[in-house]
Amino acid sequence: MIEPVLSVQQINKHFGVLQVSKDVSLDLLPGEIHALIGPNGAGKSTLIQQIAGGLKPDSGRVILGGHDVTQLDTVARSRRGLARTFQVSALAMEDTVLQNALLGALGASGNPFRIWGSAVRKSGLRTIAEQALDRVGLADQAHTVTAELSHGQRRQLEIAVALTLSPKAFVMDEPMAGLGTQGSRTLTGFLDTLREQAPILMVEHDMEAVFALADRISVLVYGQLLATGTVAQIRDNEAVQQAYLGTDT
Amino acid sequence: MNREALLNILLLCVLLAVPVWAHTAEEPFIITLVTRALILSIAGVGLNMALGQGGLVSLGHAMFFGLGGYSMGILASHAQTYTPLFEWPILLEGSNSMPVIWITAIVVSGFAALITGALSLRTSGVYFIMITLAFGQMFYYFAVSWPAYGGDDGLSIYVRNEFPGLNTLDPIQFFAIVFVLLIIVLALAAAVARSPFGLALNAARQSQARVEAVGISPFRLRLFVYVLSGMVTALAGALFADLNRFVSPSMFSWQTSGEIMVFVILGGVARLCGPVVGATVFIALEHFLGGLSDYWHIYLGILLLVIVLFARGGLVGLVAGKQQAHD
Repeated sequence: MIEPVLSVQQINKHFGVLQVSKDVSLDLLPGEIHALIGPNGAGKSTLIQQIAGGLKPDSGRVILGGHDVTQLDTVARSRRGLARTFQVSALAMEDTVLQNALLGALGASGNPFRIWGSAVRKSGLRTIAEQALDRVGLADQAHTVTAELSHGQRRQLEIAVALTLSPKAFVMDEPMAGLGTQGSRTLTGFLDTLREQAPILMVEHDMEAVFALADRISVLVYGQLLATGTVAQIRDNEAVQQAYLGTDT
Repeated sequence: MNREALLNILLLCVLLAVPVWAHTAEEPFIITLVTRALILSIAGVGLNMALGQGGLVSLGHAMFFGLGGYSMGILASHAQTYTPLFEWPILLEGSNSMPVIWITAIVVSGFAALITGALSLRTSGVYFIMITLAFGQMFYYFAVSWPAYGGDDGLSIYVRNEFPGLNTLDPIQFFAIVFVLLIIVLALAAAVARSPFGLALNAARQSQARVEAVGISPFRLRLFVYVLSGMVTALAGALFADLNRFVSPSMFSWQTSGEIMVFVILGGVARLCGPVVGATVFIALEHFLGGLSDYWHIYLGILLLVIVLFARGGLVGLVAGKQQAHD
């Protein structure tokens, strides 16, 4: 049996009387892209928050690389190899593209408290940062101020920062959000190559991208997992069609 | 070399040249005036490390300024009266050595910053401002009610403390000490800004979620800079007390915290020499306008209003232009 890299086990979460996660369990296997889909308000982002450490579940466990990380915060989970990208880009907008990528490399180095030497000239960090920028196609924008990037380029930079962490797993919250058709196709092609480095759990509304990329899809409705399966299984699932995908007729 | 770097060098040359001229012209008052501006600059540079790089709007930095002052006052008063600070568990004597006093001020303030920072940095925004203000006022009232060291009246030190090889009572020699310390502090601030730590701290100011997502704790970054900032401000406090040969609870007051913040905002938040410009302009206005009217703060208020509304980069930003991200 293949050991999952990331495992969510019977997660429950309430906000007051509203239950936003109901006994949610899912796995992320090595080399796979696992898409989490569902209508707005289904609790996808809340689940991502619980996986990334921004929210603590009321019950259930999150296992990363065989270790229980349920009680750990975002910082500790990141150190254990969870790389996250955000639905709305969270970047240091006043800094350059290279500085943002360097920040990731610095986090991965585990020693951000050095007050001597230049961050930019530290060759080890810079090499990692430049390689990540090169991989996402932002090498020629390295010295551009991040605020001047287009929306699509900011999404690319988010992924570059995640790459610098050399993670065990990627967790991506709507990576295609706001991208045009062409941008979405380009990113789809890139994410397809990324799975070789680490598996990806991604929340996504762009069904073309989901069907092109996902090895498995989990459908979340009202905080509850409706189904998990391959693209074909999910497409043919009547309950999923009624709740989210709709029918062709 | 960019425009701001040139401006900084020019500014430091002027601040060096004026006292040298005053020395040859036998105008010790001018030397003391510039020395005062430089000491307040050091306090401003200290606050700017936390405020400019870390985005920490601390309204309690007078706490560190006062701790620096009282470190000097307490050590020097015991040295003058030949009485130990305490005899148990170890015998601890006073000191009139400036380096010993500076190290004491830095260590005491660093410890105070660690404790107060660990508590106050769990809040943010207006709550952080209020809790730092509260800590500052706590020290203020403690100093007021501490009769052993002068209470409300403060504590006079009759002879300026000593520095090996120099006559600290000579205004130009004391100025030289302060000038060198200012250069060291500026070098430290510049090194921090360009270091890996500075990169992470600056990013934490812009996006806490981003820094957390790469495995760096924003709380630890901020605590580190808060302690560093408190230590630098304490050094200024020790020098200020030595300049005046007097310490009083007013060094702890919220007005002092406000003045240090005015230096930073006036000169330019996150600009290396912003606090130096701010403190120098403040002292110049106090000297020139203070001679004309007791209400000179009105003019300072108008200037501050103009700067905040029309020159967000402060006076440095006005002259050197907007700060650009660069690597």
